Amino acid sequence: MIGGMSHAEFVALGLPPLVAALLGALACALPGNFLLLRRQALIGDAISHVALPGIVLAFLLTGTISTWPMMLGAGVAALAAAAMIEAVRRLGRLEPGAAMGVVFTTLFAVGVVALELSSASSVHIDVEHALYGNLESVVWFEAEGWGSLLDPEALAAAPAQIWRMAGALALMALCARLFWKELALSAFDAGFAASVGARPRLAGAALTAATAVAAVAAFEAVGSVIVIAMFICPPAAARLMTDRLDAQVAWSLVFAVASAFFGWLLAGWGPGWLGYQGSVSAAGMIATVAGLIMFAACAVGPKRRGVAHP
Amino acid sequence: MSTGGDASALRASGLGGMLEVVGAHRGAEARDAVTVRSVTVSYGERPAVFAVDATFPAGAMTAVVGPNGAGKSTLMKAMVDAAPKLAGEVRFFGEPFARARGRVAYVPQRASVDWEFPARAVDVAMMGLYREIGLFRLARRRHREAALAALDRVGMADFAERQIGQLSGGQQQRVFLARALAQGADAFLLDEPFAGVDATTERAVIALLRELRDRGAVVICVHHDLSTLNDYFDRALLMNVRRVSEGPVAEAATPEALQAAYGGRLAQARAEAMAG
Repeated sequence: MIGGMSHAEFVALGLPPLVAALLGALACALPGNFLLLRRQALIGDAISHVALPGIVLAFLLTGTISTWPMMLGAGVAALAAAAMIEAVRRLGRLEPGAAMGVVFTTLFAVGVVALELSSASSVHIDVEHALYGNLESVVWFEAEGWGSLLDPEALAAAPAQIWRMAGALALMALCARLFWKELALSAFDAGFAASVGARPRLAGAALTAATAVAAVAAFEAVGSVIVIAMFICPPAAARLMTDRLDAQVAWSLVFAVASAFFGWLLAGWGPGWLGYQGSVSAAGMIATVAGLIMFAACAVGPKRRGVAHP
Repeated sequence: MSTGGDASALRASGLGGMLEVVGAHRGAEARDAVTVRSVTVSYGERPAVFAVDATFPAGAMTAVVGPNGAGKSTLMKAMVDAAPKLAGEVRFFGEPFARARGRVAYVPQRASVDWEFPARAVDVAMMGLYREIGLFRLARRRHREAALAALDRVGMADFAERQIGQLSGGQQQRVFLARALAQGADAFLLDEPFAGVDATTERAVIALLRELRDRGAVVICVHHDLSTLNDYFDRALLMNVRRVSEGPVAEAATPEALQAAYGGRLAQARAEAMAG
């Protein structure tokens, strides 16, 4: 027995949300490091909000609620938003934070209005699910126990979100490894990066695109609360642990894993430990834990401001 | 005045045929120099740099001088593709920048980057080896050793492991210089390398730049301090969006040329120079 579940139940119901949360947290935290260093941390937030109008629009256009058109819609909306943010920043002479705020609130509002239109039709989109995600709905009915993890047939029937999330994470890891120097250089010193041919503008655009891929994949699997939290909290906490970029990225991944695991654990069993019935939202609890880790790093992180360095 | 001054005079008087003769002559001498032809850069409606011509010969230290907003930094950036040129041509040793990139080191203003960035002095110096490390590859031990050697040349070996935000302004400037040295360049473009640095750093930087010059490098510095112009530099390019004058310091930085570049702000610039 694991936490009141049989082993088979745990593999089918307990494990899939954890795996999805871990993959989503890692896929968002990794590009989040570079967003943070470029002072673009909010872009993850912006893209996650913008996914709503993208999804609704895709639904209005196709009339179905199948996954791929919706992810495509969210992806297109995310890229359009990134372009709009850049346009507002330049033409409107606004600082990047304000430009992001203007664009994502507007597009989110458009999404809400469009949703009204869509709900007039026969099929209803579950907004709450879209925004907060429903990790608990990531279940693996074909699992019959730990042995299923080695059974190709059962694995093939594992939740598709998990495979998509794993693909997104693999893509993030590959890009970070291949373009590490370009990402670091263009975040630190874009002028110098341009002079040595590191293509800082291309690096910036690629990072935004990668952010959109991670956000949309994770958004669909785990909900936007986790996405927003994971783009910012683990990297920000990690910056307070070290003065080296590679170590910062490593710490951010550790914090992402810790948030996902402890958030999942507390959501499922925390209420029981306190004597209450049932469980709370895993997505909400994971984001909460990520925030708590950030606060802890602010309080005791060795590299926080005001600490004397050797 | 140099041939550059003659060229604009010719252009002004519309003697296009003779201008071509001058241009051909320049092409022959450009193999060992950095040349800028009619470079124009504009961020908005008003150009920041307008039709600037200049020649920066090898084995000489040239100061780019002018008031704030004169487009000095913008010119440096445009020369190394860090700002888009609206028009004009830049050649390094007779080649366009894209082909000569490996021979050019650019040092931006110290204040233009975030020194809270998670990097140590050695990490920044190692950035100078970007092209040597190669696409898709990460730095290896020999790159680190080359970066440490570059830090040693600017007297920063003891600070290699220090986070860059923990360094003084002068030390940060020397780390930037170490990064440029690690690039193994033949042309050095530095944007205000003496801004906000201590006397020790100023002496160290000038000694190093002279060493590079004596080995035949092209050294170009955006420079603010008119009081040291004559001591530090061989040549000067005075500009205020357009080129005002160019040549050996004594010939280019005449009172008339300074007045033309700074306008009413010259007295203020002098006072700042005295104070600084």
